[in-house]
Amino acid sequence: MNIYADNGATTKMSQRAIDAMIPYMAEFYGNPSSLYSIGQKAKEALDDARERVAKCLNCSPQEITFTGGGSEADNQAIVSAAMAGAKKGKMHIISTAFEHHAVLHILKKLAGEGYEVTLLDPGEKGIVTAEQVRAAITPETCLVTIMFVNNEIGTIMPVAEIGAVCREKGVTFHTDAVQAVGHIPVDVKAMNIDMLSLAAHKFHGPKGCGVLYVRRGLPIYNIIEGGAQERGKRGGTENVAAIMGLAAALEESCENMEEDNKRLIPLRDRLIEGLSKIPYSILNGDAERRAPGNVNFCFEGIEGESLLLLLDDKGISASSGSACTSGSLDPSHVLLSIGRPHELAHGSLRLTIGADITEEEVDYIIKSVGEVVAYLRSISPFWHDLESGKRQHMISEHWR
Amino acid sequence: MALYSNTVMDHFRNPRNLGVLEDANGIGEAGNPVCGDIMKIYLKIENGIIEDVSFETFGCGSAIASSSMATELIKGKPVEEALALTNKAVAEALDGLPAHKMHCSVLAEEAIKEALKDYYAKQGLPFPGEEPEGCDGCCEGCTLHQ
Ligand SMILES: Cc1ncc(COP(=O)(O)O)c(C=O)c1O
Ligand SMILES: [Zn+2]
Repeated sequence: MNIYADNGATTKMSQRAIDAMIPYMAEFYGNPSSLYSIGQKAKEALDDARERVAKCLNCSPQEITFTGGGSEADNQAIVSAAMAGAKKGKMHIISTAFEHHAVLHILKKLAGEGYEVTLLDPGEKGIVTAEQVRAAITPETCLVTIMFVNNEIGTIMPVAEIGAVCREKGVTFHTDAVQAVGHIPVDVKAMNIDMLSLAAHKFHGPKGCGVLYVRRGLPIYNIIEGGAQERGKRGGTENVAAIMGLAAALEESCENMEEDNKRLIPLRDRLIEGLSKIPYSILNGDAERRAPGNVNFCFEGIEGESLLLLLDDKGISASSGSACTSGSLDPSHVLLSIGRPHELAHGSLRLTIGADITEEEVDYIIKSVGEVVAYLRSISPFWHDLESGKRQHMISEHWR
Repeated sequence: MALYSNTVMDHFRNPRNLGVLEDANGIGEAGNPVCGDIMKIYLKIENGIIEDVSFETFGCGSAIASSSMATELIKGKPVEEALALTNKAVAEALDGLPAHKMHCSVLAEEAIKEALKDYYAKQGLPFPGEEPEGCDGCCEGCTLHQ
């Protein structure tokens, strides 16, 4: 059995998105800035895509800038709000400790340039509240940037409430909605969102293509200087085919969302329930307020990379927040931010299932994870120390 | 290229000398759970020969493979050879490790040294080898084994 359970990393492109792209590679390959007809055909496509994307987000086409992906949109949003803030002498930015690195690293850079950055604590549930945001806002605050859905633990922030607080206080609100758009309802107007980032490859569109939404009237600063594309806000010949794929994938995801989630959420909960039966396992992130396809567990006494390799041998593609998979020495900053100790965070597993998953596949995952965890524990001196009492168990519930 | 060589994957999937050695007369451990790797080595030494050896490992794929390979390299060998085992030899026998995984081979070397040290201590003999570095697998700032 082959099960792709890493949709949080990227998704398989939908046929509709692929079909939407091909004509703009094979036939209408002209540069949208050119005057002849295959160029103008591409320009029309761009306009059309912009309109359709705007409709999905409930904004106007002029508020949409196409970017080279989610990271670029995050960087541009944050730099734009930071520069606008500095002009008014406001150099305080509020964010969370468990943002994606696309946000955290640009914030770190800004901190080095004199900005003050407050990172809110998502707590054990992995949810930042509007009250926390309200309490952190000062007269110097120029930007609140808080992710919509956490990419590792899938928790959903109360974005509409946070947006309302920011609107009331007159502070620009950006949300990294890369893991939300196409999966849960997003409405920039109703939710008081000033800026939003999304990436096509998280909802069955192409990689390297994203959107920055900026509410009319707010300044946008270039981070890629060049030609007059995107109203001069993002230099570079537009990736027309990818943008067409993005628009098609977004429409399709939004059309199918309700039905997909009706199926997906019960299967996610079945997976959570099944994995909870493994002794000394714990779900990361709130069980209720979480993305429809996200399951994230820690297992005591094992290490995540070996878990992933053995699951791969069983045909299951998943990810982990262990140090060995992050390529750094520390385990996932997200798991640490919700209070998981290092020892536990090394043994994490993220399964992000897609709407096409079956009950049979979910049961196969539960069985396979159970087998692999039991095997790795059987060879783990750390687990034996936990069992013999030489070291203390970290998860207090004794489900045995 | 894949992350790991075929040899690493083979030792990871089919570890040699896995488990507890009930009649071991030298037991050593290296690493710590905070950094995500612990290796435990069991030795049964008779007449200066490593008659039997086994391991248990908590860690990533290359940690399991490194301990498996390290036990293979010293099994049936004189104690002197085990004392001289280097992490480089382990990594080479595995057809190489990615740079950020070299510490796994270091832990294997350290765990074997700890087990040998334990053996000598139990025999009431001075340890003839080089002291283990005391590497805990937390490589931040560590320049011991470049
Ligand atoms: C929450 C979040 N933000 C930003 C990104 C970056 O998006 P991209 O890879 O398209 O640059 C990702 C994807 O990994 C993400 O999950
Ligand atoms: Zn080290």
